[in-house]
Amino acid sequence: MIDVKNLCKSFGNLEVLRGVSQHISKGERVVLIGPSGSGKSTFLRCLNLLETPTGGEIIFEGQSITDEKCDINKIRQKMGMVFQHFNLFPNMTIMKNITLAPVRTGLMNREQAVKRAMELLKRVGLEDKAASYPAQLSGGQKQRIAIVRALCMQPEVMLFDEPTSALDPEMVGEVLDVMKELAKSGMTMICVTHEMGFAREVADRVLFMDEGKIVEEGTPQEIFSNPKEQRTKDFLNKVL
Amino acid sequence: MEQFAAWKALMSAGEPTTLWQQFYVLFYQAFIENDRWLQYLNGVVTTLYVTVLALVLGIVLGIIVAVIRTAHDQQRPGHKNPVLGFVNGLLKIYVTVIRGTPMMVQLMIMGLVIFASSRDFVMVGALTLGINSGAYTAEIIRGGLMSVDQGQMEAGRSLGMNYTDTMRFVVVPQAIKAILPALGNEFIVLLKDTSLISVIGGKELLYTARSVAARNYEPMYPYVGAAIVYLLLVMLFTWLLGIFERRLRASDRR
Repeated sequence: MIDVKNLCKSFGNLEVLRGVSQHISKGERVVLIGPSGSGKSTFLRCLNLLETPTGGEIIFEGQSITDEKCDINKIRQKMGMVFQHFNLFPNMTIMKNITLAPVRTGLMNREQAVKRAMELLKRVGLEDKAASYPAQLSGGQKQRIAIVRALCMQPEVMLFDEPTSALDPEMVGEVLDVMKELAKSGMTMICVTHEMGFAREVADRVLFMDEGKIVEEGTPQEIFSNPKEQRTKDFLNKVL
Repeated sequence: MEQFAAWKALMSAGEPTTLWQQFYVLFYQAFIENDRWLQYLNGVVTTLYVTVLALVLGIVLGIIVAVIRTAHDQQRPGHKNPVLGFVNGLLKIYVTVIRGTPMMVQLMIMGLVIFASSRDFVMVGALTLGINSGAYTAEIIRGGLMSVDQGQMEAGRSLGMNYTDTMRFVVVPQAIKAILPALGNEFIVLLKDTSLISVIGGKELLYTARSVAARNYEPMYPYVGAAIVYLLLVMLFTWLLGIFERRLRASDRR
C-alpha cells in the first residue's frame, strides 16, 4: 500500500532522516518507537507531505506522491492524520470541525457528512458534543474528536503522531481505546507513540528508529522480549 | 451679537476689558461669527470622510498584499511560483518605500507632483493616506495570519482541503481576532494623520482652524478648539473599540 524508498530529509544542515525504506501493506498496524529526535515524527509527516522529503521516493497505491505532478490534496484525502496537539479548529463547533473537509472537498454533501459524523461520534461516545466548541472539551475528548474528524474522510490509512503525549494520564486510556477499536476494524495504521503497552497489544510490526534510521524491526514479541540491537535494548531499558 | 460688536469695539479701541469679555469676543469670533462653526463641522465631516476612505482603501490594499506575501512565504520548497515571487518582490518594495518615507513627503509628492493638476485635494489626500495605511495594514494582517498556530494549517491540509479553503475557513477567521485591535489602532492613527492633508489644500478640520486663525490674527482659539475636537473623536472611537474588543473576547470564554 505504501512503499517508502530510501527516504531522506534534512532541515538545513541537520539530517533528520538518512535513508528510510519501508513497505506497509493494507490492514497492517505499524508502531514507530524511538528516542526523541530520532526522526519518527518527521518520517510520519513525510508520508502525507507535511514535510517535503529532500530525497527518496514515496509510493502510495502505485502512485509516486513525491512526484511534482501528483495532486497531494487527493492523496491526503485518503490519509487521515491525528496530531499530538489535536489541532481542532477552535472557531467551529465539533460538527463543523468534522464535516468541513468532507463537504469542501466534494466527498459528500452536507446531509451525508452530518449523518456519518453522528455515527462516528456515537462510536466514540461523544454524540452529545456535536454542538459544543473545542474549548469546552477535555484533552481526551478533543483527541477522540480529532480521530473522528480524520475518519469522516473515509481514509484508507491513518497516521497518528504521538496522539496521547499531550494528554493528562487519566485521559490516555479513552483515546487508546478508540485506537484499539479502530485497529480491530481493520484500518491500516501507522502510529508514533511512547505507549509501549499499546504497541505490544495492537502492533503487527514495531519499528525502532534512532538517528534517522530504522535500527530494528519485528513483531512486538521480538522487539520487546528479545531485542537484538544494543541501542534498542538501551532505549527499552529506559522506558519500560 | 450686539454684545459681541460692542465688546469687540471696546477691545479694538484699547479700552480696559475684563477677562470674561476678552474670552467672549475671541471665542465668538473664532467659532460663532459668520456661522464659522459650520465650517468646523464641514471640516470634521471631511476628516471622518477621508479617514473612512483611507481606511477602506488601506484594508483592501493590506489584505491583497498580506495574502500574496503570506502565500509566497508558505510555498512548499521546490514548488516556488515565479509569478508569485515577482509580485512578492514588488510588494516588498511598496511596503519598504511607504514605511521608509514620511507621510508628509508622500502627500507633497502625490499632491504637488503626481496629481499636480488635480483640484480635488480631498480625494488626493484620501488616496495617499490609503496607500500609506495599506503598507501598515498589510503588516498587521500578515502578523495576524502568522499568529495562527501552524498546526491549524497542517490539520486543514492533512484532511485534503486545498490552501485557499483552509485559509478561508480555518486560518482567516482565527486571524481576525488578532488583527482587529491593531486595526482599530490604525484607524485612530489615520484619523489624526488626516490633519496632514491640509498642507496640500484638503479642507478638513485643521485647514478650517488655520484659515480662521489667519482671518482673525488669533491662533489660540481655533487651534485649541481643533485639538479638543480631535481628542474627543479619538476618545469616542477608543471607547467604541473597547466595547467591540470585550465582545470579541467574550466568545473565547465559552
